[in-house]
Amino acid sequence: MSADLVLDLAHRRGDFALELDASLPPAGVTGIFGPSGAGKTTLLRLIAGFDRPDRGRIVFDGEDWTGLPPSRRPVGTVFQAPRLFPHLSVRGNLDYAVKRAATGGPAYADVVESLDLAPLLDRRIQTLSGGEAQRVALGRALLTAPRLLLLDEPLAALDTERKAAILPYLRNALTRFAIPALYVSHSIDEMARLADRILVLRDGRAAASGPAGAVIEGLDPAPGEGFEAGVIVEATVAEAANAYGLSRLDLAGQVLTVPGLEGVSEGAVVRLRIRARDVAIATQRPEGLSIRNVIEAILMERRDRGIHAELLLDTGGPHLRARITRESADALGLAEGQTVFALIKTVSLEGLV
Amino acid sequence: MTGPILLTLALASVTTLILMALALPLAWWLATTHSRIKPVIEAVTALPLILPPTVLGFYLLLLMAPASPVGGFWLEVTGSTIAFSFSGLVVASVVYSLPFAVQPLQAAFERVGPDMMEAAASLRARPLDAFLTVALPLSARGALTAAVLSFAHTVGEFGVILMVGGNIEGRTRTISIAVWEHVESLEYAQAHALSAGLLVFAFVTLFAVYAIGRGRMLHVR
Repeated sequence: MSADLVLDLAHRRGDFALELDASLPPAGVTGIFGPSGAGKTTLLRLIAGFDRPDRGRIVFDGEDWTGLPPSRRPVGTVFQAPRLFPHLSVRGNLDYAVKRAATGGPAYADVVESLDLAPLLDRRIQTLSGGEAQRVALGRALLTAPRLLLLDEPLAALDTERKAAILPYLRNALTRFAIPALYVSHSIDEMARLADRILVLRDGRAAASGPAGAVIEGLDPAPGEGFEAGVIVEATVAEAANAYGLSRLDLAGQVLTVPGLEGVSEGAVVRLRIRARDVAIATQRPEGLSIRNVIEAILMERRDRGIHAELLLDTGGPHLRARITRESADALGLAEGQTVFALIKTVSLEGLV
Repeated sequence: MTGPILLTLALASVTTLILMALALPLAWWLATTHSRIKPVIEAVTALPLILPPTVLGFYLLLLMAPASPVGGFWLEVTGSTIAFSFSGLVVASVVYSLPFAVQPLQAAFERVGPDMMEAAASLRARPLDAFLTVALPLSARGALTAAVLSFAHTVGEFGVILMVGGNIEGRTRTISIAVWEHVESLEYAQAHALSAGLLVFAFVTLFAVYAIGRGRMLHVR
């Protein structure tokens, strides 16, 4: 028996149909990514048991969950709204989970510590901020000793600032307790930060699936998906921040200079997101240019789309994506297989690995 | 004079207990079901609000007659007729006050909503566990309102009791019947005492219900 989460599902509600046949490895964070209405939440509800599929089965680690009621499935769910019980305190909400939990889950003290819940324990639910409430909800889900965590856009209701504040907790908890998780989001940034693998849903079907980096670099926004094409790259800090506040990263033997890594020492691995539109192309190594990040690469693939040419580059390590105009691409005579120089204007840091 | 008062209190207490036991599952079912017969059940539950007590009492009386299956069964099991007995009054009161128990509970359960129940299920609470530990505490005010209204409405009933129970001292003569009896006999002083008592009771009850309701609004905010 494979330990995978096997999803073989058909579910129709009105105009919407979910049809999925996927097998997800039961480790790390699998991002479920797609536009609104793609079936992400429906998929999670089917796995949690809140909805029953018209046809199909859900098997986890060899156990068939298809016929089990939600209360018998060893999953922990964090909903978009925290759904904390308003008649109980924070402690009461956590205890509710503990009393009914399976054995062998994360220890109470560890959960409280990792999510910094100690100062909240005696608070009433009504007095919590959105971010605090969502931290409590995550803690409550962890305390059920789940074998699979379902996170349904847990950050969607928070503003950017609160989101930034809670993300490190979320990441830390997911790594520390090593419970396999499905993370639903329509934010490519959250995916880039949290997901090890990504399943892309569009119109109720799997459009792509695989390691996060590979899926993101192959992703083109469908109408209504507000994200930028780009890649996720992991690089090692080769030289800690200098007097200018710039650190040098090793990217498969080439040097990438980035700001914002003060306090991060040599040898640390960071995750970067490089958007396709922030990468320009030269056919010769340019001189006298303010852009310091020039990476030599082989042009693997050129796809022409409307006025743009989408380029996929092999740096000898990670891949890069570039979007330039088709006119420029033709003027430079870009063809697959040739050596080019990628000029990277901006790099956004997604955090430490 | 204390006879009718004690009888009324006993009747209202027993009726309220039975009603709550019936109304909790019924209101929960109505609040959560997607069944197509839900409107039918809701209409039947609400019937006592519209029907004249005499009509309701008339049918209950027919049902309780020893010749009917229900009345015959009762006679066989208990050895006495159900009509014109305290038990008969309880049955009639339960039917007559049913909407006053079901409707506040149903509204409260609907406010709890499926989200909280899903959260409870996601924390491994089985349905009954989730009902007792989440739905019921969150509906406490609704349950209190239902109990108070059931009790008060039973205290105030007249027509159904007269139809089903008649006017038998110590068995079926409740306060409202006693008032009627006193007025018929031109004993206005006694009628006054009982009537004023009921008036005060009714006001206090309604005041309590509205105070509970106001508390809920503040709670939500």
